[in-house]
Amino acid sequence: MSDFTFIRTSVKDQVASIQLDRPKVLNALNRGMVTEVITAMEMFDRSDDVKVMMLSGKGRAFAAGADIDEMAGDGPIDFEMNNPFADWDRIAKVKKPVICAVHGFALGGGFELALACDMIFAADTAAFGFPEVNIGVMPGAGGTQRLTKLLGKPQALEWLWTGDKMSARKAYDYGVVTRLTAPELLFEETEAFARRLVKQPPLSLRLIKEAVDKAVDHPLDEGMQLERKNFYLLFASEDQKEGMNAFLEKRRPDFKGK
Amino acid sequence: MFETINYQVHNNIAWITMNRPDKLNAFIGQMNKEVQQAVKQANGEESVRCLVITGEGRAFCSGQDLSEVNEDTNLGDIIRSNYGPMIKEIARCDKPIVAALNGVAAGAGMSLALACDFRIASEKASMVEAFIHVGLIPDAGNLYYLPRLVGHAKALELAILGEKITAAEAKEFGLVTRVVPEASLETEVTQFAERLASMPTKAIQLIKRNLKESWTMELDEYLEKEAQGQRIAGLTADYKEGVEAFLQKRKPEFVGK
Repeated sequence: MSDFTFIRTSVKDQVASIQLDRPKVLNALNRGMVTEVITAMEMFDRSDDVKVMMLSGKGRAFAAGADIDEMAGDGPIDFEMNNPFADWDRIAKVKKPVICAVHGFALGGGFELALACDMIFAADTAAFGFPEVNIGVMPGAGGTQRLTKLLGKPQALEWLWTGDKMSARKAYDYGVVTRLTAPELLFEETEAFARRLVKQPPLSLRLIKEAVDKAVDHPLDEGMQLERKNFYLLFASEDQKEGMNAFLEKRRPDFKGK
Repeated sequence: MFETINYQVHNNIAWITMNRPDKLNAFIGQMNKEVQQAVKQANGEESVRCLVITGEGRAFCSGQDLSEVNEDTNLGDIIRSNYGPMIKEIARCDKPIVAALNGVAAGAGMSLALACDFRIASEKASMVEAFIHVGLIPDAGNLYYLPRLVGHAKALELAILGEKITAAEAKEFGLVTRVVPEASLETEVTQFAERLASMPTKAIQLIKRNLKESWTMELDEYLEKEAQGQRIAGLTADYKEGVEAFLQKRKPEFVGK
């Protein structure tokens, strides 16, 4: 189904797969690729055939970083005028669950892309890192912000200042990675989890995500208000009636996403 | 391409031979790096299904070459830059590694042997925790692997007293798999390595992986690891072949896939 150049997409039983497809350069992220990723995500976000999205990389690594060639000659005014990071902001606006499967490396922009997803599943042999400091720059697509929210300031600074690689195990211990799997089973396990979410009521998943995102960035009271509104809102859904009836009737619910 | 070691692949077995016989194969930084590279290369070569590490001449390996260190040397940095990466590369290796102990394995030479999966010793071979005699502690992963092989009390005894361990004692302590006559070491090691190289390579990898993880995981987490391991093994051609051969009452021919 894809008219894309840098990624491949497919949909199977309501799980959409977006795969970075520049394996020869370890899926180095160029601007075209990022635009295609967000375009695909927004397309799947609106599609009735999709309930959950998976993002992964083809070849030896998820993504080894940004395409340095592309930006090496740029000046600040070029960045201001091209506004290349604007696409990244749109990833955070996707409403359906997005699960990232990381094997090999997720470095620099690759790590930022993984962090922009809702969850990271990682092969236990994978490694993460922000090596930007080693070439005289720093993360520019959310790395300093999202890593710090997960790790706290002192730990985040250590990784960002040194550029050292974080093992998948370490990332798991920090809570950056939700689940570690054997490398051979990364895609199978990620898909199995996505399939589990497919069976959950989609409206609940959606409003839970919105409320959790609110918790990350807003004062507690604001989050509480939104949570309450979302809770009330779900009582307008058929799935709420189905869920509660099934519970009372001691049977399995059949959710319709309405 | 290697200068301090020989590297050869025969019959699916990668032979890594430390080759500084006039120095009893003592480690210099270059040899650490070359052993590390050779293990990485063997692990990556699809045809290789077993590794053997041994020494040229009288010794397996006599440990750090002391001519490379002086009183200004930061010994911690030697571990960080030379031994640590080598030991980690060995730990990362998916394939079985046999240490063929042709002679003395002293200090870091003993540590290297401990980091391997199997140790087959010539009856003339010995091990020595030499470190204490110069006021140092066993390094290159030595105290990590030693208690896992012989238990805490014996490890403490060997490391602190630093007495020479004969091949027979090593066998008794569980430090070596097998002791063989000096003259037949090469034949015995070859046969042993060939046996490993004809086994289900993926299953061996998964056993190594899970045993290692068992030291650091809670039972629940381990059992999930086990489920994934068995799922992976169940997808191999060798599993299919094993079951077929069993049903047909013949010897299986495993291809390592």
